Amino acid sequence: MSQTVTIPSPRQLSTEPRRSDKVFRGVVTSGGLSSLVILGLIALFLFYRGYEVLREEGLSFITSADWSITLDESANVLESNFGLSAMLVGTILCALVAVVIAVPISVFSALFLNFYAPQWMKKILVAVIDMMAAFPSILFGIWGFLVLMPSVEYWGKLINKYLGWIPIFQVEPYFFTRSPFVAGVVLAIMIIPIITSVSREIFAQAPLDRIQAAFALGATRWTMIKAVVIPHGRSGVVGGAMLGLGRAMGETVAVYTVLNIVFQINWYVLLGAGGNVASLIILKFGEASEYEIKALMAAGLVLFFLTLSVNAIANVIVKRTGKSGR
Amino acid sequence: MSAVATPQKPWAKKPADRIREISFLLGSLAFSYGFVAATEMKGKLAYGFVFFVAYAVLSSTYSFLTRGAPAAKDAFVKTLVALGAVLTIIPIGSILFTVLQKGLPGLHLGILSNDMSMATSTDPIPTGGVLHAITGTLTLVVLALIMSVPLGILTALYLTEIKGKFSGPIRFLVQAMSGVPSIVAGLFILSAVLYPITKGFSALMGALALTILMIPTIARTSEEVLLLIPNDLREAGTALGGTQWRTVAMIVLPAARSGLMTAVILGVARIAGETAPLLLVTGGGDKVNPNPFNGSVGSLPYYIWKAFNAGSPEAITRAWAGLLVLMILVLFLFTAARALTSRKVS
Repeated sequence: MSQTVTIPSPRQLSTEPRRSDKVFRGVVTSGGLSSLVILGLIALFLFYRGYEVLREEGLSFITSADWSITLDESANVLESNFGLSAMLVGTILCALVAVVIAVPISVFSALFLNFYAPQWMKKILVAVIDMMAAFPSILFGIWGFLVLMPSVEYWGKLINKYLGWIPIFQVEPYFFTRSPFVAGVVLAIMIIPIITSVSREIFAQAPLDRIQAAFALGATRWTMIKAVVIPHGRSGVVGGAMLGLGRAMGETVAVYTVLNIVFQINWYVLLGAGGNVASLIILKFGEASEYEIKALMAAGLVLFFLTLSVNAIANVIVKRTGKSGR
Repeated sequence: MSAVATPQKPWAKKPADRIREISFLLGSLAFSYGFVAATEMKGKLAYGFVFFVAYAVLSSTYSFLTRGAPAAKDAFVKTLVALGAVLTIIPIGSILFTVLQKGLPGLHLGILSNDMSMATSTDPIPTGGVLHAITGTLTLVVLALIMSVPLGILTALYLTEIKGKFSGPIRFLVQAMSGVPSIVAGLFILSAVLYPITKGFSALMGALALTILMIPTIARTSEEVLLLIPNDLREAGTALGGTQWRTVAMIVLPAARSGLMTAVILGVARIAGETAPLLLVTGGGDKVNPNPFNGSVGSLPYYIWKAFNAGSPEAITRAWAGLLVLMILVLFLFTAARALTSRKVS
């Protein structure tokens, strides 16, 4: 009796994903690439629209401070000068004022939240500060204009009176209204919650064993912070400050409502004349001719790259801190 | 019988310490009042400054006398650090107070059922309302949600589930994208969609711009949420023979549901008050516009902006009332997000 033995052929093992998984991976990957696509498209389209102006103006788009355009009756461009230098200087100036004011306050309050505040107070304060980070910028703008500005102008006069011998605090002519200082204070209030929460998280990562070691050696709270927390969190705070700087540079509405935009380079913080690229776009957009809109697109492109690079540097710094100091 | 030792807490504050702290506070308060009255300084700033200096000096002197120089430094830093927290809180308090105080007179019965199409900026408060602005903001938010939620969550899934070779760069780009100024997003939609294709204002244009601002918020928060989902769940799904697609769709996403809701709500809170791009691409009409794909549409931020720039006393009151409505909306969203997050933890 013969028996035919059928040996089952071994099942084909494969790590090849099934079709459903292939589709899934394809969809997710293409969705994941959306940020790349969007950022690329932003740069591409702003460059495409602004190219004509950028070619016409060349380097003086960055270096000159003129912003004027003359049209004839049929809306042909007779003469145009577009220069962003005053706005760029103003943007950097306002943002720097904001960061200089905001960083100490945020670092102090982050230290307070982490190492001094009782638990119940910490919970409430963290919720309130996070909530403030979600407030819309128009709220800060209008509040800043109607409520804060008179006080800040007065502070500006005080600074000018007692520190006026320092060149950047000079005010000539005597005009304090809507100065970069006012805009900087409003921006500072906007970015304090951001810097506070970044620093708070970085400080909370300070190694507990070292904190306890410092206390065991008889350190007071301040000496512990000086010896453990600050060395650990220093570059994280710098990164948080850069994030705030990026936010402050790109802010539009809040700055527009409080700042007096003047097309002239002004390094005097307290003088009521400043500039801001984003506010320029809102200011000129309403009545802009077709050609001027191209210039505004080019200005947007400059702003885009400015904030992108500040943010990129900030993220690199914050990320590096997460790994070091352990 | 064994005697149970009562635990000692030598670091806990005794009544004497509390009394001393309060008396320091009151003392420096009284000193600041007297000092400001005696010299020619004036104003809140002077009171605050003198009070702070007096309290710092008082508490560090006490610490120096009782425990020496390091304790004095510690006490001084404690005052400084508390000052930082106070300075952080003051603007929040002032904003909340001002918006409530100035916004309440602008509220009236018909505010939610009228639009501004028949009202001018100098009309008395009871005419007009924010109906067009609320419907406009809702339209914008819904359209932006439809576009940004899939993209944001797909980005987060790519970063957490697929972990492909672009993970690093994409994480970096999403971070960079969250720093894109809102006005640039508006300009981009203006240059890429509005001028070449639609040639007119519409809610869709605004929503496209808001989508750009919303994607990074949703993507980053969702990524954090998805990272919290234990790997055991994914392994269990695979062990039961599920493909990756089914594991993610049936196990991971449902497990992360409330966290993902939080991400979406935070995204909405981020864009609800966004003004600059809307000024460029939505037109800001005064009438309820039922068609989201054509015609200018109003929104809360645009309404506030218009009223604020009109400048008449009535218009300013309307702006504050609009801010109050917007702030309540943002606070509501924010509280909802927090409530969802805390439920997930518990």
